[in-house]
Amino acid sequence: MADQLMQHLLRRAGFGSTADELAYYGKFSFSGAVDALLNYDQVADDIDSKIGTPGYVGVTAQGPLQPNSNINHARQRWLFRMVHSERPLQEKMALFWHNHFATGYTKVQGGSTGGPDGTRLMAAKPSEDPAQQLGQIELFRQYALGNFRDLLLEVAKDPAMSIWLDGRTNTKAQPQENFGREIMELFTMGVGNYTEPDVYAAARVFTGWNYSFTGGRGDGTGKYAFVFNQNQHETSAKTFSFPIYSDGGKTIPARTTSQGMQDGIDFINALAASPNTARYLAKKLIPVDRLAGTYLSSSFNMRSVMRELFLSPQFGDGASYFGRYAWPAEFVARAIKEVGWAGYTLSDAVTALGNMGQVLFEPPDVAGWDLGQTWFSSGTMLARMNLGSTLTSNQRFNLRDAAKPYGKTPDALLSWMLDRLPMADLDSAMYNDLRSFLTGSGSWTGSDAQLLVKASGLAHVILAAPQYQFM
Amino acid sequence: MRVSRRAFFQGGVAAFAYSFAAPAILCRMAEAQGLSLRSLVVLDLTGGNDALSMLIPYTDSFYYGRRPTLAVPAGNVLQIGTDSSGVSLGLHPRLTGLKTIFNQGRMALIQRTGYQNSSRSHFLGTDIWSTANPANTQGPGWLGKYLDSLGGNLDPLVAWDTFSQTPHSLQANTVAVPSITDPSRYAFSSPNTDADAALERSTTARIASHVPVEQPHVSFVGAVAEDAMATLDRVATVAGYAPTVTYPNNGLGQALKAVAGAMAKGIGTKIFWVQSGGFDTHAAQQVNQTNGNYMNLMGTLNDGLLALYTDLSNQGLLSQSLILQFSEFGRRITENGSGGTDHGAASTLFAIGGNVRGGIYGTAPNLNPDPGNPTLENNGADVHYETDFRSVYARVIDNWLGADSLAVLGGDYKKSSLNFI
Repeated sequence: MADQLMQHLLRRAGFGSTADELAYYGKFSFSGAVDALLNYDQVADDIDSKIGTPGYVGVTAQGPLQPNSNINHARQRWLFRMVHSERPLQEKMALFWHNHFATGYTKVQGGSTGGPDGTRLMAAKPSEDPAQQLGQIELFRQYALGNFRDLLLEVAKDPAMSIWLDGRTNTKAQPQENFGREIMELFTMGVGNYTEPDVYAAARVFTGWNYSFTGGRGDGTGKYAFVFNQNQHETSAKTFSFPIYSDGGKTIPARTTSQGMQDGIDFINALAASPNTARYLAKKLIPVDRLAGTYLSSSFNMRSVMRELFLSPQFGDGASYFGRYAWPAEFVARAIKEVGWAGYTLSDAVTALGNMGQVLFEPPDVAGWDLGQTWFSSGTMLARMNLGSTLTSNQRFNLRDAAKPYGKTPDALLSWMLDRLPMADLDSAMYNDLRSFLTGSGSWTGSDAQLLVKASGLAHVILAAPQYQFM
Repeated sequence: MRVSRRAFFQGGVAAFAYSFAAPAILCRMAEAQGLSLRSLVVLDLTGGNDALSMLIPYTDSFYYGRRPTLAVPAGNVLQIGTDSSGVSLGLHPRLTGLKTIFNQGRMALIQRTGYQNSSRSHFLGTDIWSTANPANTQGPGWLGKYLDSLGGNLDPLVAWDTFSQTPHSLQANTVAVPSITDPSRYAFSSPNTDADAALERSTTARIASHVPVEQPHVSFVGAVAEDAMATLDRVATVAGYAPTVTYPNNGLGQALKAVAGAMAKGIGTKIFWVQSGGFDTHAAQQVNQTNGNYMNLMGTLNDGLLALYTDLSNQGLLSQSLILQFSEFGRRITENGSGGTDHGAASTLFAIGGNVRGGIYGTAPNLNPDPGNPTLENNGADVHYETDFRSVYARVIDNWLGADSLAVLGGDYKKSSLNFI
């Protein structure tokens, strides 16, 4: 019997577990496994080199995969990392930050200088880009468990964000409120903790925060880089309704244009240090009271926050297993890990994810996706069922072969499948339904022909079940 | 132990106190709801529609003074007359189809709709419009409360969300409204065929119908899955709908095609939800340019609604249809330095339908930025509301849906002059 706590950890800190991963983490104590997941920088970051090689889930492209310049390919690469990364928590946090700082490809692409630049701004890996462009998702991976204040500053300077929330058009003469509002409402303190005049002041704080573009336009070789345009900075004092400085001061002083960037840094420092931000972030992670305190006492160190989370009694409580509504990306990655992938291509999963309501790099708006129950409507539930159908159809020969040692009786097959596709404890009604599915169309022979139908059909019915939609 | 989902939810499981669960008991078909079924189509323009670019006070000199690049030249607006205060108004030049509908007396424009202390947040603003409660945006939406007021074991297809995630407005206690973005994709596939595939489908439906008493979250998803399985066959009939016009090949156009199909096939749906996005025009709003951003937003709106109006008219369904448009807020009057507009307050909404009393309701704002100007707020920056949006809801609930707005909205918001339906 696999260690249920370890499986729980690997679902929450990653995207589920294969047998190999369970064996690997099983060598550690629970807290040792937590540390191994947290300290992922000690694990080689070479998973991208496995794309397109035997033994891994497939990708589909006309010609070579170009994940730094083609958004569909970028989606496939990210799903590949979710399925196979040996740094699962890094990918999980990247997904968390992508939802938190939700930025949509379409507007970024439209605001770029054309061609593949939208994808580059969202997803380029600097080491593979002609101009060493850092895509936003790589920023999130880089700071996945870093200091939140540093991440917030990098996001404020990120060219994709500057296009997404119009910071690039924020001028001295006419301040632009979009970024100033959302950095308070959605990225840090939450609605209700600032006033409308705060929004106007925040817009003035970030006047002149922009980016420069050099190099080829539309040909994928240009470089987008943050620049503080001091001539567009509005230099007068800005007063807020909440403290900006540790002495309680609420006014950012008037500064010379050349010193004006400090306004934004002071403001970001204040937002990162706000107890409201601590509560807002903690609430998004898990409702554990101590997390907000850890956030503040560790000076916004997300590794400390996540360590506290995983080692909390609430996290380890068996009642929390399978207690979280799986996001579509989590559902898909976990299903692939558990059902199998040899011969399956992630381009199918990219399409299916759209039907489930989660197009990666295209959140519906700056607030990110609506989580929890809102993932589930009859249309998106059918899309999950149908991803299950496509995947199990693709894997039915693999499933048949894997099932052979357990094919003697329906109960043996069911027990094997439930170990492979774990869910919360099943009540007898569901167990009987699954068993009836195996026995319902004639006598049990365990023949290859029967296993071909029943193993894939059973896996499909489980993936389509309400009980499987939880992490 | 088998417990019916209804008994389970009425038992008041604490974890469900603020959730939106569904006793999807099958399946009152359309006949129970009568042949003269009235439909309400709610259209959400998400992001905050710049209503001053949609319905234009083209003789207000401050409109031109405060919007040097965004104002529509007076000669280009589609004039539709004056409001009760004598202000001349015109539609955006791309709204030629809506002008035709207006001229037929089937479009009502309701100016300066909103509420006190209008939220400038997209998300809080949307929640307020969804729940019709600026003080508390938890709990079911206003349409959800209407559905709950119908009582009994509701057919899930009593409402149809054409967007992928159920909007807050449609979240109800007694029914999980299905989200069907594309009827042709709303089907159950299988890795196997024939009897084996049928067994997968029946097993999936049976598993979804169980209510794990100790696991309310599983039960919630089960209710959604049960609704999906129960509605497959009827939605499949809509996938085969042959409209009388060609709908635009965009999200709104295709959603409206599905709406017309569901009405024509008579599957019993009372409430439809459609939305069109991209209205958060902080920069490069491009109100006047061919293929500019706002020009295209108006194009999508106009072409989709004209197709629906024409199709419903051809099908003889116009008199039983009401389309109600809203957006979470209007936008700042003065344009910003980015060629766009920031978040504002009150805005214009409109209704279209065979029984609509067309015309211009309410009065236009005076755009003079004087802080004492009573039609504006926020030191003359934003439009101040004149008609509480709940009065519009009340009219629709009482006079179209035939329910009791006092019960649904939790208060008396009736406004007799607002007799557009």
